[in-house]
Amino acid sequence: MNEHPVIEIALKLNGEAASASVEPRELLIDVLRNRFGLTGTKRSCDVEVCGACTVLVDGLPVSSCTTLAADADGHEVLTIEGLSKDGELDPVQRAFVEHGAMQCGYCTPGMVLAVKSLLAVEPHPSEETVRHYLRGNICRCTGYVKIIEAVMDLARRKEK
Amino acid sequence: MLPRRFELHRPTTMAEALNLLAGFGDEAAPYAGGTELLVALKARVLHYGHIVDLKRVPGLRGVREMADGGLAIGALSTHHELADDALIRARLPAYAELSGNVANIRVRVAGTLGGNLCFAEPHADPATLLCALGAQLRLAGPTGERVLPMREFVLGEFTTAREEGELLLCIEVPARPAGERAAYRAFGHLERPAAGVAVAAVPEGRGWSWCIWVGAVSGRPVRLEEVEAAARGLSGGEAVQAIEHKAALAAASLEVHDDIHGSADYKRHLVSVLARRAAEACLR
Ligand SMILES: Cc1cc2nc3c(=O)[nH]c(=O)nc-3n(C[C@H](O)[C@H](O)[C@H](O)COP(=O)(O)OP(=O)(O)OC[C@H]3O[C@@H](n4cnc5c(N)ncnc54)[C@H](O)[C@@H]3O)c2cc1C
Ligand code: FES
Ligand code: FES
Repeated sequence: MNEHPVIEIALKLNGEAASASVEPRELLIDVLRNRFGLTGTKRSCDVEVCGACTVLVDGLPVSSCTTLAADADGHEVLTIEGLSKDGELDPVQRAFVEHGAMQCGYCTPGMVLAVKSLLAVEPHPSEETVRHYLRGNICRCTGYVKIIEAVMDLARRKEK
Repeated sequence: MLPRRFELHRPTTMAEALNLLAGFGDEAAPYAGGTELLVALKARVLHYGHIVDLKRVPGLRGVREMADGGLAIGALSTHHELADDALIRARLPAYAELSGNVANIRVRVAGTLGGNLCFAEPHADPATLLCALGAQLRLAGPTGERVLPMREFVLGEFTTAREEGELLLCIEVPARPAGERAAYRAFGHLERPAAGVAVAAVPEGRGWSWCIWVGAVSGRPVRLEEVEAAARGLSGGEAVQAIEHKAALAAASLEVHDDIHGSADYKRHLVSVLARRAAEACLR
């Protein structure tokens, strides 16, 4: 008997049905990057501090570096690759570009997804709320000012 | 880094979960949000051959009102859910605020209150306030359920009164005394708190009766009874002064060590500052 049987997972990945056989110990980030080729999800600290590995599970941000792939079974996962629609950047992505809210870009997928999840429930957050929400997304390059400006630009926009 | 190999069990009833834990003994660990457990498994400072996922066991999530008007908080409720929960916000606003400030959004989304308490990492927030609120923990084991005061649950760093094979079911916070105000204040320059102070004040005569607990600086939350006694019955401003002054004296006799969160002296200083701020917040 196999002592550590694989687990079949079925999830919705960037809007489409996906499935995989995973080892119980496999981490979501590795399955996303190595099996599905979604390398926009980055690993840095590996201990849930930096946010480079942020993906949205059922709309909420999680650290894919410290999430079992098995736990994605039955859930919806959104990575940075799933954000643009028909070749059009998402408004959050566009705001980051317009405000120059990145330099090396390593933190950007996680930042953008975290902002996406915040604005989905709170379209017009205060700057204090934005800073609090992004506390766990670390950027080594930008000094954060342009990131906050990009988000506040979105936050001030009228609802369509 | 990958954890060492383990088998993942996903029971769908409480009986099944308890059976698995009883069967595998110390080779098994309950698994909730994994924000502590997975980090330790990845770093390979812990290893279990069997991981028992509690997330599919029904009835462990959410907040409900008990017959006596208190709240029962399911052990698998996440920090994020509790920060947003209508009952918690209305009845225990100090707890809702604490919950919204734990760690970062990703840890709050995955991490559960039960996992936090059972791991008993001293640099944590919830236990300190739950002690001040007189919370009780309901545990289930092979021989049935038992209830234990929060104040007796954490024994020291990473050590609790939970027996092997027991699961934490819920955290019961009794109905609040009339006019009670509570606040929790913490500070740290890392992700986790270097020190945290919880204060609850109930009107008494022309002043207040106080309950004051300190967390994170020692292995387990500590009650500052001398500080409570010194401030009892004083008017607002006098009470706050007494609390700051006496908390500084009390902190001097706490067992505090230098660590990455700061020197022992620094953390003792934080205790008196945070005690003042929490007391002020109660009276605001
Ligand atoms: C970067 C970072 C920052 C953090 N910052 C803070 C902070 O500021 N304040 C703070 O308080 N905490 C902080 N934490 C800790 C975090 O709150 C806890 O990690 C979280 O709540 C643990 O819950 P979990 O569900 O993830 O537990 P798990 O990792 O799933 O489990 C933890 C332990 O509890 C056991 N367990 C879990 N549930 C049960 C149950 N129902 N019955 C019996 N045993 C159980 C497990 O076997 C394991 O030993 C931080 C963690 C990280 C990684
Ligand atoms: S790599 Fe996951 S949080 Fe840093
Ligand atoms: S742009 Fe380089 S880390 Fe943020």
